[in-house]
Amino acid sequence: MTLDSKIPAGPLERKWTDYKNNAKLVSPANKRKFELIVVGSGLAGASAAATLAEQGYKVKCFCYQDSPRRAHSIAAQGGINAAKNYQNDGDSVYRLFYDTIKGGDFRSREANVHRLAEVSVDIIDQCVAQGVPFAREYGGLLANRSFGGAQVSRTFYARGQTGQQLLLGAYSGLSHQIALGAVKMFPRTEMLDLVLVDGHAKGIVVRDLNTGEITSHAGDAVLLCTGGYGNVFYLSTNARGCNVSATYRAHKRGALFANPCFTQIHPTCIPVGGDYQSKLTLMSESLRNDGRIWVPKRKEDCGKDPSSIPEADRDYFLERKYPSYGNLAPRDISSRSAKEACDEGRGVGPGGLGVYLDFAEAIGRLGRKTIEERYGNLFEMYENITGENAYERPMRIYPAVHYTMGGLWVDYNLMSNIPGLHVLGEANFSDHGANRLGASALMQGLADGYFVIPYTLGGYLTTQFGKKTDPSHPAFESTVREVKSRVQSLLDIKGTRTVDHFHRTLGLIMWDYCGMARSREGLTGAIEKIQKLRAEFWSDLRLLGGSAGINMELERAGRVADFLEFGELMCLDALVRDESCGGHFRTEHQTPEGEALRNDQDFSFVSAWKYEGEGKTPTLVKEPLAYEQVKLSTRSYK
Amino acid sequence: MTTSPAAKAAGPCAGQIWLFSSIGKKTVVAATGILLVAFVVGHLLGNLTIFLGPDALNSYAAKLHSLGPALWAIRAALLGILVAHIYFTMLLWKENHAARPQKYIASNPVGTTVFARTMRLSGLIVLAFVIFHLAHFTVRVVDPSFATMTTTLDGHKVHDVYRMVVTGFSNGPVVLVYVVGLFLLTFHLSHGIGSLFQTLGITNRRIRRTYEIGGRALAWALYAGYISIPVSIFFFGLGKGAIQ
Amino acid sequence: MKFHLKVWRQKDPKSPGRLEDYEADNIPADASFLEMLDIVNAGLTGKNIEPIQFESDCREGICGNCSLTINGVPHGPGRGTTCQLYMRKFRDGDTITIEPFRADPFPVQRDLVVNRAAFDRIIQAGGFISERSGSAPDANSVPIPKTTADEAMDAAACIGCGACAAACPNGSAMLFVSAKVAHLGLLPQGKPEKDRRVLGMVRQMDQEGFGNCSNYYACEAVCPANVPAAFIARMNREFTAASAKEMAGLPV
Repeated sequence: MTLDSKIPAGPLERKWTDYKNNAKLVSPANKRKFELIVVGSGLAGASAAATLAEQGYKVKCFCYQDSPRRAHSIAAQGGINAAKNYQNDGDSVYRLFYDTIKGGDFRSREANVHRLAEVSVDIIDQCVAQGVPFAREYGGLLANRSFGGAQVSRTFYARGQTGQQLLLGAYSGLSHQIALGAVKMFPRTEMLDLVLVDGHAKGIVVRDLNTGEITSHAGDAVLLCTGGYGNVFYLSTNARGCNVSATYRAHKRGALFANPCFTQIHPTCIPVGGDYQSKLTLMSESLRNDGRIWVPKRKEDCGKDPSSIPEADRDYFLERKYPSYGNLAPRDISSRSAKEACDEGRGVGPGGLGVYLDFAEAIGRLGRKTIEERYGNLFEMYENITGENAYERPMRIYPAVHYTMGGLWVDYNLMSNIPGLHVLGEANFSDHGANRLGASALMQGLADGYFVIPYTLGGYLTTQFGKKTDPSHPAFESTVREVKSRVQSLLDIKGTRTVDHFHRTLGLIMWDYCGMARSREGLTGAIEKIQKLRAEFWSDLRLLGGSAGINMELERAGRVADFLEFGELMCLDALVRDESCGGHFRTEHQTPEGEALRNDQDFSFVSAWKYEGEGKTPTLVKEPLAYEQVKLSTRSYK
Repeated sequence: MTTSPAAKAAGPCAGQIWLFSSIGKKTVVAATGILLVAFVVGHLLGNLTIFLGPDALNSYAAKLHSLGPALWAIRAALLGILVAHIYFTMLLWKENHAARPQKYIASNPVGTTVFARTMRLSGLIVLAFVIFHLAHFTVRVVDPSFATMTTTLDGHKVHDVYRMVVTGFSNGPVVLVYVVGLFLLTFHLSHGIGSLFQTLGITNRRIRRTYEIGGRALAWALYAGYISIPVSIFFFGLGKGAIQ
Repeated sequence: MKFHLKVWRQKDPKSPGRLEDYEADNIPADASFLEMLDIVNAGLTGKNIEPIQFESDCREGICGNCSLTINGVPHGPGRGTTCQLYMRKFRDGDTITIEPFRADPFPVQRDLVVNRAAFDRIIQAGGFISERSGSAPDANSVPIPKTTADEAMDAAACIGCGACAAACPNGSAMLFVSAKVAHLGLLPQGKPEKDRRVLGMVRQMDQEGFGNCSNYYACEAVCPANVPAAFIARMNREFTAASAKEMAGLPV
């Protein structure tokens, strides 16, 4: 099997323009004949559903939340990048493109990333027109801040709630289209399978989470905008409901899963408090603009009151190791440095799993009022969760799983290898390589939904005239039957352990062996452990209640069942990628200073995995990464 | 393009739609409230002439009566305002009850004041008090002798309001009714005055607190003014000498 | 820590519900309220009792999904959402009553889960700026004074949880609706549709069966996003002004 990424020919900076000039168009009269299925209502899903509906397509949009406004994009705090160069500080589309490619440790596609940088400027215009209240200067113009992995200020933000405001903007557009009847919205409806007709994605099977009813919906194309799979770690900054099921079900139907091992560990989260914990809370990375990260130089000082440790005895390890980027080093590098400090026994707080993020210097320089204005809500949140006042005492932070760069494989059109199945936002693999820069996730989700898919979808749809199908097709019936029997089989186990027990156990395995540092030995062991846990799950799970009506344990059980298969795929991918790059750190491959050691000779490719059936090892399909513009270099943030 | 949601809902009469919208009804209650407060203030200023002696009060009363049909028009308008105030409040009550049929078992009011929570009760008691007050001093059926009290002012025979009031407030139970009734009115106004700025939309988040405090202060000032009359008469013998 | 819980259990929207008593033992003080319920649910599952159904998603106070009335107060004591409430705020041995958000337009689906689709329908009735992807002018072409942008942000911070309507003795959704009306009405981009928006949204709110505002300010007291009730005054004003235009036969 070979993969065709369908990258347009021509020079990099002309590719997208040329593509748009030549893309196949669907006439307005024909658009209303096409019915599109959008799964997920986050930044990618809501923006795609609203934009496609505006253009005249009939859209059905599905989300598991009780309202599209609650998709987890809402939790993004820091900001959104755009190459506007409003600061006149040397930014450009090329620089944003280069920073993103470099930040991704040269494991993403040049053409996709360049397109992302190009449309980034339109996103800000679009959002402002929708009424997103971005932060402004006194003169009334938009404010910017800098973010990890960049030497320019290109991040737009709305207090610490940028994701919320962008999502509410997309949600308002979606609501408008719902009111017009152009989008039919299905909240509290979870996709449980993909329906293929003659090898094309033509529908989905869903469960109504309020009634428990399992039905199917047919469409001319299916767009998965279902986010990432960070919850495979159980503890992550994701929402409780975030899951891999939609993309994993599509994978089991033949869609290739690309780079599943590329996960991002976010450096600034509130450390774990105990085993009762259900989630980890992220503190926006923007805090690193003004906060200084340190640990005591000596182990003995770790228990001391931080204010009693003199400057000379503090190790500002990021500033020391990466003088030019300092505390703004990319996420993977910052996370790993924190882990190293803690591994050396110099961590602070419960279990020694934490480092200080200190604002004393910034408060002295800018005054408490400015800091309050910039980060007030984050400081409040920190105090509420930990009971500590960060104006007086440095915050404690520790890395936590935050984002997953891997996802379903897509070509330049955002279409997977299954014709008709398109994947947008975090759910695809395309733009962030092995590591995502801060404030780029919001950018990508909205780019895909507002400005990419509206142009790229036509190419597929123009091949689909007269190929309409509906749920009476046997493929729909059989898929519904399979889903129903799977739901029933979960209820029939009648064992002794709760869903959360299995999820938490899986999460620990993943964190220990497929987290910030990975090794051949660890991963091999982890695969065995996961297989064992999966067998236990299917024999010892206890689910009460039935399939009718609201049963949240049943919802979770289905998702955890998929994580139990998917976790193994992640470990396998991490095992096969015998190099270190970005967020993927193989302990066997590091420089003498402990930095990630990439192997471009052998691993400059996208790993795309093909499902081969229950209990069979998936097949690896490689998409070689060709760099025309960028010269591969060792990432250095020193 | 889209049809305006407003246009869709507008129907035959935009005014009616506004009037019976949640905000419209509230606006009626607030606007009638302003007028009633204005009356309460004016009424007090008139009443306070009692402290200037019998002639002052009686001539004020005589002047009011000399208005003739205009007085009746004012009375009718006041009655209409009061009826509208009560009618729209009742409509609101009914809807509010339907919007929250199930109360919390562990009830724990937050953010509200006792004045706000007791508006319906205080309003009802004030209504009863107003009826008593009208029966007492306007229709004069509580003590029929009030109707026959007369005096001479600038050569004309006029109703001796001064004597009536002093006699009326020499009665302990009656004074108690006034002190309690007016207290409930104060309760009602403590929330009502500050609140009407909010309902009419003539406030913002900086000034709201000032309105609330000012409203409450005005309510209590009115209380002090009103009860000063029965209290002065009953406890301090105001006017006792003048009507001997 | 140890708590005695009284929890509203209700099988489905049609069945009657009632409070059931449960014990919550060995609860860490640093656990959140929802984590406490997770622990209780694990215990119930062990005893073959169906776990308590309650909503939560982001568990960091922003998605607005969690919706419990704790001891009579939506989201419980202190500011913030239920998921941001920590057990150290309670005293060891406390009895805690947990009920669903109550308001007629929020029907109980099961146990503590309510249906808040009415809020989505109110937004659909006008809570947006009609614009088309790709049609926007440059973001800096319309300067917006910082104070205006900040005030719009204060309103836009609403998380749509419904605590305002649940706390209001009248079941009024005015704070929610006024936040969106203010957010969009304050910004120059939202001005062209200002009248249509407020008319459409208020009428939809009335139609959903939410109650009227009595200026109790319970909404403001429980709002996890600190949306001030002054926005309600603003909406009253805008609504009456838009209605007056409509009455005068002017286009809205």
